[in-house]
Amino acid sequence: MRFMLLQNYGEVESHCAPMPEWSPADIQAHIEFQQVLNQELAELGELVDAQGLAGPEVAKFVVSDGKGAPVITDGPYPESKELLAGYRLIDVETLDRALAIAAQASAAPGPNGVPIQQPIEVRQVLSAPDPEM
Amino acid sequence: MSNADTEHLLRELAPQVLGAVVRRYGNFADAEDATQEALLAAANTWPVDGQPDNPLAWLIRIAGRRIVDQFRRDDARRRREDLAASWSIASPDPNVDTAGGNDDTLILVFMCCHPSLTPAAAIPLTLRAVGGLTTREIANAFLVPEATMAQRISRAKAKISASAEPFALPAPAERAERLRSVLHVLYLLFNEGYASSSGTDLARADVSDEAIRLTRAVHAALPDDAEVTGLLALMLLTDARRAARTGADGELIPLAEQDRARWDRTLIAEGVALITEALRRGPMGEYQIQAAIAAVHDQAARYDDTNWSEIVPLYVLLETMTGNPMVTLNRAVATAMTDGPGAGLALLDGLEERLGDHHRLHSVRAHLLEQAGDNDAAIVEFRAAAARTTNLREQHYLTTQAARLATAPAT
Repeated sequence: MRFMLLQNYGEVESHCAPMPEWSPADIQAHIEFQQVLNQELAELGELVDAQGLAGPEVAKFVVSDGKGAPVITDGPYPESKELLAGYRLIDVETLDRALAIAAQASAAPGPNGVPIQQPIEVRQVLSAPDPEM
Repeated sequence: MSNADTEHLLRELAPQVLGAVVRRYGNFADAEDATQEALLAAANTWPVDGQPDNPLAWLIRIAGRRIVDQFRRDDARRRREDLAASWSIASPDPNVDTAGGNDDTLILVFMCCHPSLTPAAAIPLTLRAVGGLTTREIANAFLVPEATMAQRISRAKAKISASAEPFALPAPAERAERLRSVLHVLYLLFNEGYASSSGTDLARADVSDEAIRLTRAVHAALPDDAEVTGLLALMLLTDARRAARTGADGELIPLAEQDRARWDRTLIAEGVALITEALRRGPMGEYQIQAAIAAVHDQAARYDDTNWSEIVPLYVLLETMTGNPMVTLNRAVATAMTDGPGAGLALLDGLEERLGDHHRLHSVRAHLLEQAGDNDAAIVEFRAAAARTTNLREQHYLTTQAARLATAPAT
């Protein structure tokens, strides 16, 4: 079963300051945590892909009616907290395992190593249908 | 010799090579790596240089060389002592090497479908060790990166090595139980591949071909086992409908609407002969019952000719045997055909408690409500099913059904 674990720029449950205000050591520890988690998932044969996305400042929105020139809007956006910050695509045996990985990711360290309690959205990827047997 | 010929031959030889190497050197995980390297070397050189006179001996020799190199590279002395020990234990007779054949394939299938492994671990290991597929091919078929699949396979092998099982058939006392694990893995492997068979999913069709090939190999080794025969029959009778099961754009075509002229008559004939033989031999098992149901469907010239009165008691039997609520769903569909939609709907009562809020329960109820003429309720159920399915094509199908009823002129 495949799941997307999605994380946004929104407020985290620990209500810590945004990352640019952390100490360099705390930022480093956070990045290392993410890398170690990816490495661990890769070794378990569960990681399909993991990517962080460039910030809302360089995001663009595109709207087109299929005829005229598309409308392209540059950031920054008032609703940037709702934008995706990054994702992990995992291939695991059960929903429980996906939830456990999401819990690990949610507890990534923030300032002074305190878990930031980031909300992780867990979404199953649609797969091919079962055979009719 | 073409690449395709080489590939075909290598897949046939893979379990015999691995069997011989494990017998000689003892360690399953190392032997499997060495075999894989020998197969890759053959795939690269044979189409260019020609096939050696004795391909099997060539592969065993190359794999043996790789494994000895590996032992030399590793922490030297201790490993060499182990090697010497395993030589003397594993292969007192140098002629034992190529004597394996069907038995080696069977032993390997038992090892790869070891009960200590989950099916998700056993499936790729079986494909590689017994099926002779490369890690890349398996990764492509399962749409994960090659490195991820390599890790999954090596973890599976480590578990088997840790179980310290001798390279032999399981003891008679546990053989029946172990065979259940094997059949379950092969069944799931077939489902993996059968689930889609068009366009970008071509690699997946290879997976069900591979499941059939492996099940044929197990059947060749255990021709008298009725459940093995039943599973092979089930696969053939299901695979016979493959071409008719998806439309031009990959959309799902349900059994009722399939163009039966596109069904594979040769596979159906073989499947029917196998299941007839298995049922005569017994004892009855769940794969045989599923195959018998598939045979009834496959023998109907048109959907309307389906002999539902033969299918209903088979589902009742399967339900009693497995206690699986999914079987009850299928029984409800069949019962609706013999006794009307009301009788089918009645069987669905109380199923939520056992099945949960499952999309199939909603979709079966939707179909039966439509048959009963209650389109408004059917629309609600089709939409509920579409919202809950995790299958892309099924989601399209269910959404389309809801839309069809919602836009139909009132009757």
